[in-house]
Amino acid sequence: MKLIFEEGAKGRRAYKIPPCDVPQKALSAILGKNNLRADAPALPECSEVDVVRHFTNLSQLNFALDTGFYPLGSCTMKYNPKINEDLSRLAGFCEMHPLQSEEDSQGAMQLYYELERSLSAIFGMSRFTLLPAAGAHGELCGMMIIAAYHRSRKDYARKTIIVPDSSHGTNPASASIAGFTVKTIKSGPDGLLDLNALKEALGPDTAGMMLTNPSTLGLFEKDIMKAADMVHKAGGLLYYDGANSNAILCKTTPSLMGFDVVHTNLHKTFSTPHGGGGPGSGPVGVVEKLVPFLPSPLIAYKNGKYVFEKENKLSIGKMRSFFGNFGVLVKAYAYILANGAEGLDEVSTAAVANANYLCRRLSKAFTLPYGDNRCMHEFVLSGQEIKDKYGVSTLDMAKRLIEMGYHPPTIYFPLIVHEAIMIEPCETESVATLKEFVDAMLTVAKEAKECPEKLHAAPQNKPVTRLDETLAARTPVVKAQ
Amino acid sequence: MNYIPQTKEEQKELLCSVGIEDVRELFDCIPKKARLKALPDLKPAMTEPELIEYFGKLASKNRPAGLCPSFLGAGVYDHYVPAVIDHVLSRQEFYTAYTPYQPEISQGTLTAIFEYQTMICRLTGLDVSNAGLYDSAMAAAETMLMAAGATKRNKIYVAKSVNPELSKVLETYAQFKEIKIEYLPYGKDGKVKIRDFSDGACVIVQSPNFFGVIEDIEKVSAKAHEGKALSAVCADPLSLALLKTPGEAGADIAFGETQSLGLKMSFGGPYCGYMAVREALMRKMPGRIVGQTVDTEGRRAFVLTLQAREQHIRREKATSNICSNQALCALANTVYLSLLGPEGLCDAASQSAQKAAYLCDKLCKTGKFEKVFTGHFFREFAVRCKGASPAKLNSAARKAGFVGGYELKKSFPELSDCLLLAVTEKRTRAEIDEFAERMARV
Repeated sequence: MKLIFEEGAKGRRAYKIPPCDVPQKALSAILGKNNLRADAPALPECSEVDVVRHFTNLSQLNFALDTGFYPLGSCTMKYNPKINEDLSRLAGFCEMHPLQSEEDSQGAMQLYYELERSLSAIFGMSRFTLLPAAGAHGELCGMMIIAAYHRSRKDYARKTIIVPDSSHGTNPASASIAGFTVKTIKSGPDGLLDLNALKEALGPDTAGMMLTNPSTLGLFEKDIMKAADMVHKAGGLLYYDGANSNAILCKTTPSLMGFDVVHTNLHKTFSTPHGGGGPGSGPVGVVEKLVPFLPSPLIAYKNGKYVFEKENKLSIGKMRSFFGNFGVLVKAYAYILANGAEGLDEVSTAAVANANYLCRRLSKAFTLPYGDNRCMHEFVLSGQEIKDKYGVSTLDMAKRLIEMGYHPPTIYFPLIVHEAIMIEPCETESVATLKEFVDAMLTVAKEAKECPEKLHAAPQNKPVTRLDETLAARTPVVKAQ
Repeated sequence: MNYIPQTKEEQKELLCSVGIEDVRELFDCIPKKARLKALPDLKPAMTEPELIEYFGKLASKNRPAGLCPSFLGAGVYDHYVPAVIDHVLSRQEFYTAYTPYQPEISQGTLTAIFEYQTMICRLTGLDVSNAGLYDSAMAAAETMLMAAGATKRNKIYVAKSVNPELSKVLETYAQFKEIKIEYLPYGKDGKVKIRDFSDGACVIVQSPNFFGVIEDIEKVSAKAHEGKALSAVCADPLSLALLKTPGEAGADIAFGETQSLGLKMSFGGPYCGYMAVREALMRKMPGRIVGQTVDTEGRRAFVLTLQAREQHIRREKATSNICSNQALCALANTVYLSLLGPEGLCDAASQSAQKAAYLCDKLCKTGKFEKVFTGHFFREFAVRCKGASPAKLNSAARKAGFVGGYELKKSFPELSDCLLLAVTEKRTRAEIDEFAERMARV
């Protein structure tokens, strides 16, 4: 495949701007002679057809949710409803400038306000900020809120955030950027939170704990309420990493479990597309006592009008310019309205039912290190036994699945499972799709034994074969010449 | 409407194979005390036609600047977005894919990001671009953290003339990392006043700055380097079609908002924050980076690389906690730059500069306005309103069907009688003339 720089011809042009109709001066007079660059940037010179074909051909090199089953654990690759795309493109939304007056922005502000209320109801929190641009950004925002809370109480010693070893990598990274020291605790033999380890980790330096529930193993932390109690008694706050909230929609809420701060990924649970790596959105909700610390702006409804609230003195400040990824918020709100509470309730039911079906059937051919044949919305298999017996790694199996027309599950995460294969089917897949996937996985397991070399060489039928990732890192070429 | 394909029979079959009868058993693991007793209080479910009606009503309560002649900028600009962009972004293979962790089936996204990185390097004159960050404010914050890490210093100099949306985010991040921010005042020309930087991790200036004034990056960078501080420039990428690149002017880091390259204003997002650095800083840079390599057949291919910097490998020791990269917005930028090419991009930038200069002259000639700063400006300028107040002018503009400027008193109390006006290539002479006349009459 050519790069766009290798397409086109000198002097060829696509979109042309209407001619300038104001009297013109020399650019050097307007911009200053010394400020000008000598040559125009070396950009592609293409026709519109060149550009459209190039990017359409590129798109066809991608596997995507709309082309096939994408059981990528922890990523909640559920179907992205098409109507939501259309609604976010309404001119009344996408042509809005963020600094227009309140008077000009009432519709956008109403949507913002109603989405905030909906998320608060779904998660049992007092209020939400919709500013964070992604899950990791939400985590950071939550960590800053926790830091600001302790600071406001002059509790300066609380500098440690506890995370379990099964947590997402973003958890410790976010805590660290917010200025905390990270203490990692080992999971118990059942893969769940070890209350003894937690007890040992807690102390006067504890600022809080970050937890995903269900955990990254797809298991519900049965001792969550005890753990919450312990963290609170030690003076800490409990942070809910909502990456896995698809499993609990309308069944429980983070507040019932005892959490104080929560983020949710709208691009996971609330169906907004992942876009090949963004844009996402990671709103953060808090219990009543933490509301003053939320970042600004917040929107209130007063005397029949939506207004921006005055920034609270305790607020952590601004987390992102303007109002967050508004275009993503429109899609998420459309999803919530399409479902209603009953619909969301069915979402978690179907997601967990689908995962359990796969878990039950696949645990016969692969090792299920944790979970006793049951799971929530996802589960983690281990390929260690297959690797030991036949020399076929989880990576090899993933690449063979690619050959068979699937996006592989998440692999090598969480770190506490060797040769991990993390599978999350989501509620939007049919039983027929699940059955076919089981057949594919069983074939892969069989081939690992019978023809391992086939798996080592996979994939053979895709645009490229396996890539030399070491070469890329050792001698980085990060731009075209 | 919940997009679940299972029929009742199929669900029964699923449950049966798991060995349970009632779906509620799936959630037995949730402690009784934590179970939700009643469904959350949400609006009743809507069908597709109802959604269209509801959102249509909400959208119609807005008065979108992109649909009326607008002179509002302040970091977000109403440039024309060619039709092709949305058609490419609507390709499901792009927008319904995840982060390209499996390169063999993600060459589309990876190649596009590689092209994006290349274009950012060519615009900024720097060596390495990442795959994009959430927005320019986030890019500013990451710049601050990167500079503090690289220089082991904890003081950052920031020009007062940086977009306040950015400096407020910087303040938020700084307070938790015990980083001290010192603001640098602006002079009568609107340019930053420089000083000795020998205790600073970096100097962050914006050019064109919040007032539209073009900074002397060479001077700032030289002074920064004299004090062994890094020089970072927030530069609107469209302006770089015409202006000396940050790289050429000696900056170590360039970042900014790519909204002006083919992204709709969308009430503030999603946008994409670009970041480019000199090679020496490559392994300290946050965010995803795509690199070139070969497959087992020796064919050129692309892959996420230098991942040893990132959170999923390094956890709390990572250079940043960032995970996503606004890939779809970066794709829009890539398509925009491909469509306009060098000539088109220079045209868009130069028309914006010409039309802004034209409006500025026109307003000043009325005698009711005067330029606040003497420095050269791009696309945007501040005027002192000698007659009616900025608020009154904006309200008159609104009545006349325009969207007026940014009232500088919101962030700069010392400029309480000043208005910041932006003009893009989209504005016609007729619109500019009428706007100027209306403003002179208030």
